[in-house]
Amino acid sequence: MTLDAILFYVFAAAALGSALVVVGQRHPTYSAFALIVTLCSLSAVFGLLGSPFIAVLQVVVYAGAIMVLFLFVLMLLRVTREERPAGGGWALKATAIGLGAVLAAQVGSVLATVARGPGAPGFNASTVSVARLLFSPAYLYVFEATSILILAALVGAVALAKRDL
Amino acid sequence: MQQELLIATGKVLVFVGVFLGLFSGMTYVERRLLAFMQFRLGPNRVGPFGLLQPVADGIKLFFKEEVMPEGANKWAFMAAPALAIVTAFLAIAVVPYGPTVHLFNRDIPLQIADLDVGVLFLFAISSLGVYGIVMAGWAANNKYTLLGGLRSSAQMFSYELSLGMSWVGAIILAGSFRISDIVASQAGWFIPNWNFFRQAPGFLVYLVAATAEVNRTPFDLPEAETELVAGFHTEYSSMRFALLQMAEYVNMMTVAAVGTSLFFGGWLAPVPGLQHVFGRDIGLLWFLLKMGAGLFFFIWLRGTVPRFRYDQLMNFGWKVLLPLATLNILGTAAWIAFSK
Repeated sequence: MTLDAILFYVFAAAALGSALVVVGQRHPTYSAFALIVTLCSLSAVFGLLGSPFIAVLQVVVYAGAIMVLFLFVLMLLRVTREERPAGGGWALKATAIGLGAVLAAQVGSVLATVARGPGAPGFNASTVSVARLLFSPAYLYVFEATSILILAALVGAVALAKRDL
Repeated sequence: MQQELLIATGKVLVFVGVFLGLFSGMTYVERRLLAFMQFRLGPNRVGPFGLLQPVADGIKLFFKEEVMPEGANKWAFMAAPALAIVTAFLAIAVVPYGPTVHLFNRDIPLQIADLDVGVLFLFAISSLGVYGIVMAGWAANNKYTLLGGLRSSAQMFSYELSLGMSWVGAIILAGSFRISDIVASQAGWFIPNWNFFRQAPGFLVYLVAATAEVNRTPFDLPEAETELVAGFHTEYSSMRFALLQMAEYVNMMTVAAVGTSLFFGGWLAPVPGLQHVFGRDIGLLWFLLKMGAGLFFFIWLRGTVPRFRYDQLMNFGWKVLLPLATLNILGTAAWIAFSK
């Protein structure tokens, strides 16, 4: 096994394990910390797949910015224990099992159809090529429209919050 | 392949070792210099000129009792200092410390990883740095530490943005995220080629934001002793306290090293003729000199400037620093667009 393969399995296992902790853990703050581990492990996997740009963005945006806000709110509100409805009922459980089965089927079908081995040969995921693709006519307008949308949402959020201040 | 791995491991060990050595040296230098600035002598009893003071401190910290607060979250309380030190050390990997050296019949660059996305990597690591402090503040289950942790996350969150934006001008001028490219783009006489001159607004923003990012005076609100006892590390003792302290110093050195690379030409000499002395490239020496000047600046600042109030800090970050950084990016981009 090459070093890359060993590292891949280590980080994949870390991502899966911490993702299980996120869902299974009752304590919201633990879940948040586990989610940070998941995101960082995923970033490492992206790096191993040869796309450092995506790997770094994963950490900057999700682990570095969004999760800090999550933690900030959790700590400000001093949430200690998740409140769950007692019992849950058989209908809820049946729905959960059904949806889980659908997800498993989807993952299985993807795994069955995708060819094994190194995928997408020849794709260069360096910063320059990602930027060229992003600012090419094919994606430029979509990209700019998305940023305007996000800006509008930002202004909207401030406007809504200011009303209460 | 095996040799490459061996060299990489060796470099990691050497760099971590050097930074640990610099850390213990810094604690002594900072205490002495601060003392001189305040007309005191500082530690001068252990060894000649008190030079062995860091050793004595280290021994003392090792043998202190490790206190675990009653209501603390044990797992997080123990993990927080480790997290802080790991994120502090990750950032030193992408800084180029000098020109390529020729050792054991191989060319070895004085840099652990010359990443294609070096500057972005620094940004990612600096955004992770806040977790160690937040976790430490939260885990101890103490009002003061929690407030320290919250303050710190708000402060780092606010200044991180300006910090990242202050680099963009340098990135645009070099046309690359790679730190070695940014260093190479500043070759020549220090004025007008170094970025502290070409990117003066960006450099000023970096100076302020970086000081805030490493929680140094005048931005040391997370540990403001008059109101928060000792902030996020109030409940820590013995080696865990030492680890948090170490993380703070390593962060400070990283900030100085990054500033050197991005704004002061890295390992390049201020005058091209001084790069080689007796036919040898003394880039590493230049780098250490510039980094040392940066560290001295931090100590000088601590000895001179009083602490900000919390609302002043937030206002300044969002209403002055961020617009200035944005204008700098716009100006640089416009200059590039119209001059080519």
